[in-house]
Amino acid sequence: MDAVEVHRHSFQRNRDWYIDQFVQHLVFLAGISAIVLIIGIFFFITKEGMAFLFGDVSMSEVFGSMFWEPSDEDAPDYGILALIAGTASVSGLAMIVAIPFSLGAAIFIAEFSSGTTREWLKVLIELLAAIPSVVWGFIGLSILNPLIIDLFDVPVGLNVLNAGLILGLMAAPIMTSIAEDALKAVPDRYREAAEAMGATRWQITFRVVLPAAKNGLLGAVLLGVGRGFGETMAVLMATGHSVNIPGSVFDSVRALTATIAAELGETARGSEHYGALFAIGIFLFVITFVINLSADLIVRGVKES
Amino acid sequence: MVVADSNVRTLSDPESTWHQRFHSSPMKIEVNDLTIRYGDTTILSGVNLNIRKNEIFGIIGPANSGKTSLLKALNRMDEFTPGMKVTGDIRVNGLDIRHVKNVYGLRRSIGVVFPLPVGLPLTVFENVALAPRLGGMNNRAELNIIVERCLRRAALWDEVKDRLNSLGSLLSGGQQQRLTIARALSQEPDLLMLDEFSIAVDPVTTMRIEDILKELRKEMTIILVTNLVQQARRLADRTAFFLNGECVEIGVTECLFTGQVQDQRTQDYLSGRFG
Repeated sequence: MDAVEVHRHSFQRNRDWYIDQFVQHLVFLAGISAIVLIIGIFFFITKEGMAFLFGDVSMSEVFGSMFWEPSDEDAPDYGILALIAGTASVSGLAMIVAIPFSLGAAIFIAEFSSGTTREWLKVLIELLAAIPSVVWGFIGLSILNPLIIDLFDVPVGLNVLNAGLILGLMAAPIMTSIAEDALKAVPDRYREAAEAMGATRWQITFRVVLPAAKNGLLGAVLLGVGRGFGETMAVLMATGHSVNIPGSVFDSVRALTATIAAELGETARGSEHYGALFAIGIFLFVITFVINLSADLIVRGVKES
Repeated sequence: MVVADSNVRTLSDPESTWHQRFHSSPMKIEVNDLTIRYGDTTILSGVNLNIRKNEIFGIIGPANSGKTSLLKALNRMDEFTPGMKVTGDIRVNGLDIRHVKNVYGLRRSIGVVFPLPVGLPLTVFENVALAPRLGGMNNRAELNIIVERCLRRAALWDEVKDRLNSLGSLLSGGQQQRLTIARALSQEPDLLMLDEFSIAVDPVTTMRIEDILKELRKEMTIILVTNLVQQARRLADRTAFFLNGECVEIGVTECLFTGQVQDQRTQDYLSGRFG
């Protein structure tokens, strides 16, 4: 190759350049589509709910009243207080169930198990996380429901306890997975240093690994909470779906998400009821957004330090 | 500052005669026919050596010569290292460490400093207080005394006394390495093992740590694994040369460096012909 030829080659775009540009733009589109979609969804929900938010019904009534009777023809009520109480009580109970289970499982997998046990457990937990929520709802309806009635001698087994247990079991595998990642992210040299100092396995875990992973673990818990707020199908099936501010775990409740799922198909598009459901959607969107964002920021905080 | 000696004793387990004997004096170590394998690979074969009390024992040699594995065998860290198999005889103050029931007590009496500084993600204070806490001490006043004393001996107190509650992992590399030494000292060790401690440390800090080691040898036995031949010359009373899993030669450091060597390979390594 003489000098002139080298010159010509290096100043001409070749096939590789075009392919590179094409791929770059393609992945850019794929990447930006997520952002476009989420903004699109936000605008859609907001547009549909806006009419209700700034309509005849005052917000103090929506957030202050515990009566949700949108189908009442004379004086419909759009109070979501009871629905919020339903979602919050179920999610709260679910976290009480899921946090010890998932953190315990994550600690066992990451710190105490090894070899085949660990691999099997990880596969099983991934499998658990993949069970569709309607199946969990079905378990709540057909197994937990009679069990609760028998065990506690209550008239209805579809209640906060049922849904909380189901939701807790649903959220636990995902929380376990993320918590285990957080524990795995703690460098082995920390464990080795503590071990060389004569620390037992449990002392290493409790005094070194858990403090080092605390942000990641908190992130895992928050993602579980987010999951609890957003879950629809299992909650719809297991709560009993009656509007109620629960006095005990044996009261039936209704969740925000389940209300949208159950009623949206029956409303006239553009009606007040329709708008009210979208307003609930905005509320849920904001809550899950805040929870997920803080979870993300917390987890990110781990990586930076 | 006066520190009651009883503080030290509370770190040990009074039930264990093993522990008492370990704590009775700086360690004397006899290694007989030590062989270490990882799976099918032999890392160290048939090593014999004696380490005297209050001695700084240098171990030099190129990478992969089995130096770190020897240290791991000494405090029985091999049990948590998958695939690592140790055969042979290691005696500490005449007692075979294979028969130590309280392996945690054994490890507490041996301080280890790793090549890369490991500031645990705890506060500076908790980093140093960790070993006493592992031993069951929770008295804040006593912990304060121990932490200050250890940080002073590691020449770090003046730099961190105003930030004892900030994260230890945020200190600079040289500070973290001295924090590691302070942490090792908080165990009141009878043996201090340093594994290439100066690898990630600036020369000034290295010299400060070397001065600390010279002081510490009055109270404990020190094993110094180093990749710096001149560091061994500055510090070690006797030096062993390891090569490819073999202990080629052990000699009084000054003799080795003045050419009184048994083996040509030692001469070649010391004069920088390889390694």
